[in-house]
Amino acid sequence: MTKHRKWLLSCIAIAAFLAVVFLLEQTIPKSSNWSMLFTVLEKGSIYALVAVSMNLVNGFTGLFSLGQAGFMLIGAYTYAIFTIPPEQRASVYQYFDGGIITFMLPAIPSILLAGIVAAFFAFLIGLPVLRLKSDYLAIASLGFAEILRAIFQWDKLGPITNGSNLLRKFTTYHTSLYPIIAAGICIAIMLLVINSSYGRAFKAIREDEIAAEAMGINLFKHKEMSFVISSFFAGIGGALLAMFQTTIQASVFRAALTYEFLLIVVIGGMGSVTGSIIASYLFIACREWWLRFLDSEQYIGDFKVPLLRAGFRNVVFSVVIMIIVLFFSQGIMGTKEFSWQGLGGLIRKIPTIPARLRRKFKKEAQVNE
Amino acid sequence: MSKENVLRVSDVTMQFGGVVAVNNFSMEVNKGDIIGLIGPNGAGKTTAFNCITGVYAPTNGRIEFMGKTIVENHPSGKMKNLYKGENAGKYTKAIAPTPDKITKMGIARTFQNIRLFSSLSVFENVLIAKHLHAKQNIFTATFRLNHKEEKRMREESMALLKEQGLDKYKDDVAGSLPYGLQRRLEIARALATDPKLLLLDEPAAGMNPQESDELMEFIRQIRDEYDLSIFLIEHHMQLVMGVCEHIYVLDYGIKIAEGNPEEIQNNPKVIEAYLGVDE
Ligand SMILES: Nc1ncnc2c1ncn2[C@@H]1O[C@H](COP(=O)(O)OP(=O)(O)O)[C@@H](O)[C@H]1O
Ligand SMILES: [Mg+2]
Repeated sequence: MTKHRKWLLSCIAIAAFLAVVFLLEQTIPKSSNWSMLFTVLEKGSIYALVAVSMNLVNGFTGLFSLGQAGFMLIGAYTYAIFTIPPEQRASVYQYFDGGIITFMLPAIPSILLAGIVAAFFAFLIGLPVLRLKSDYLAIASLGFAEILRAIFQWDKLGPITNGSNLLRKFTTYHTSLYPIIAAGICIAIMLLVINSSYGRAFKAIREDEIAAEAMGINLFKHKEMSFVISSFFAGIGGALLAMFQTTIQASVFRAALTYEFLLIVVIGGMGSVTGSIIASYLFIACREWWLRFLDSEQYIGDFKVPLLRAGFRNVVFSVVIMIIVLFFSQGIMGTKEFSWQGLGGLIRKIPTIPARLRRKFKKEAQVNE
Repeated sequence: MSKENVLRVSDVTMQFGGVVAVNNFSMEVNKGDIIGLIGPNGAGKTTAFNCITGVYAPTNGRIEFMGKTIVENHPSGKMKNLYKGENAGKYTKAIAPTPDKITKMGIARTFQNIRLFSSLSVFENVLIAKHLHAKQNIFTATFRLNHKEEKRMREESMALLKEQGLDKYKDDVAGSLPYGLQRRLEIARALATDPKLLLLDEPAAGMNPQESDELMEFIRQIRDEYDLSIFLIEHHMQLVMGVCEHIYVLDYGIKIAEGNPEEIQNNPKVIEAYLGVDE
């Protein structure tokens, strides 16, 4: 397949996917069970964006950062603060005299600003920490995220952050296509970074820092770059999450949120963008939709299925994840990526599966004889 | 003999805590030379390399490359009292560039224990070494505004692989190559940084006599083809004798002899250093 045709195929696939989402959105009523599909698509896309950003640092550059929730927090707040309409500020900031900001920005510049502010903080954290050889980054980024959460809830900053109260009434989107396309563009840009000369340098650092340095790669500069780019997109992810939720509160962005992304990256495969994306959708779909039935009493005929009650979903979910992490240590994709050839090969293999199995059994039978 | 000087190491001492790994070591490499550094295990050879390539800042001494001081240091802080070496007051500056800066200046190296980017392809290994001289930034590289540079890097890498006879392995995972080819690839990768001086740390380690003979021939060949000066470490004495014009001998961090292969072979001090070590 030529490069040109692969491009064409990808463009058609993306357009078709977006068209299907658009049509479903027009036809499926909000009250239907299937409306969960849109939750999964929206939240899954946002999670995919943040997971890929985390993979950029942890999977491709070989650093260990645990700051994702912190950078999302910065992004979410930056976005929300600048997009609350002035006439609504009095009611949102009711305990702080309507806050100190009296203007609003359009959504897209605010999303970009969310990324830039997050990137700026990443830059500052990176300056001292990324010069150190070992894993101080994990401690520093986690600590930073935790401290940040406290600071954003601090009363003295209330006129800006609304203290520990919700931020609401900021601009949101009205179609599932919005977060899907936004996340798609961001992931595409990260893919371009990964496949560029700089992306190769990141991978070299992951493989062997000493050798990378001996090849003329400035470790600090490249680690800082990877960290700042990752945080920029985590900030944008935060902004999109704010839009998805329509309200935000600092207390949501706990370390547990970072661990969710870490899990997704591990399940998808460290160093695979495709893996992070697939794992994000699966993660959200399982947690928010497919395993829902575990949380309520179910009857098969007259038989009441035991154990099912509120909270059981989380138990099953944790067990499933444990099994995946224990038995698929390479994740779904390892370090491989999606390709049309790979997909073609997979599809071509399907009809041959019965024959292969038969051959395998025959061989085993022969061995046993 | 008025050959252009490439590398001059003056009075370099490297002290780790109380251990003096390299003691007051001086040497030089001129343009086109193949110079050897030998000595028993633990003599301080790799440490000397690490000082030249910026992995360690030497405790004392100076290193010049192409007539320019690239590294200089003197004992300071706690080391002032601990220092056991000589020439303590001779150097005053503290210049300690990181290894990537040294590579950029034109000194490339290989490692005693091969350090490839083992899960990347052979081609990528070489391509990564082209990153340092590329005219691009993160923005132009991301949005492919550097496609001319990218194309040049790819073409040069491919040409280098061809010259080194590695092109048929270009898509193989570097870590899956047989040992001898991994050594080859590591040298190819070092050459990809366009060095003027190539440092090889025990390039024949783990090779059989025939392979190491071929390697010595290969080293001469790349010296001529790439217009290099070469400085190599060998643990086995016989190997350096065939290829090096001038040899330095380290023992316990101290230079115990230098000279041409014949002089070294007949030097009683060298023989003594190597006695007891089964050669
Ligand atoms: N980073 C270090 N810290 C402490 N001691 C070191 C360090 N690097 C090397 N040494 C010591 O320096 C001595 C010389 O080591 P090395 O240069 O590797 O020897 P060679 O390469 O000649 O076999 C050894 O005794 C070693 O233990
Ligand atoms: Mg050594």
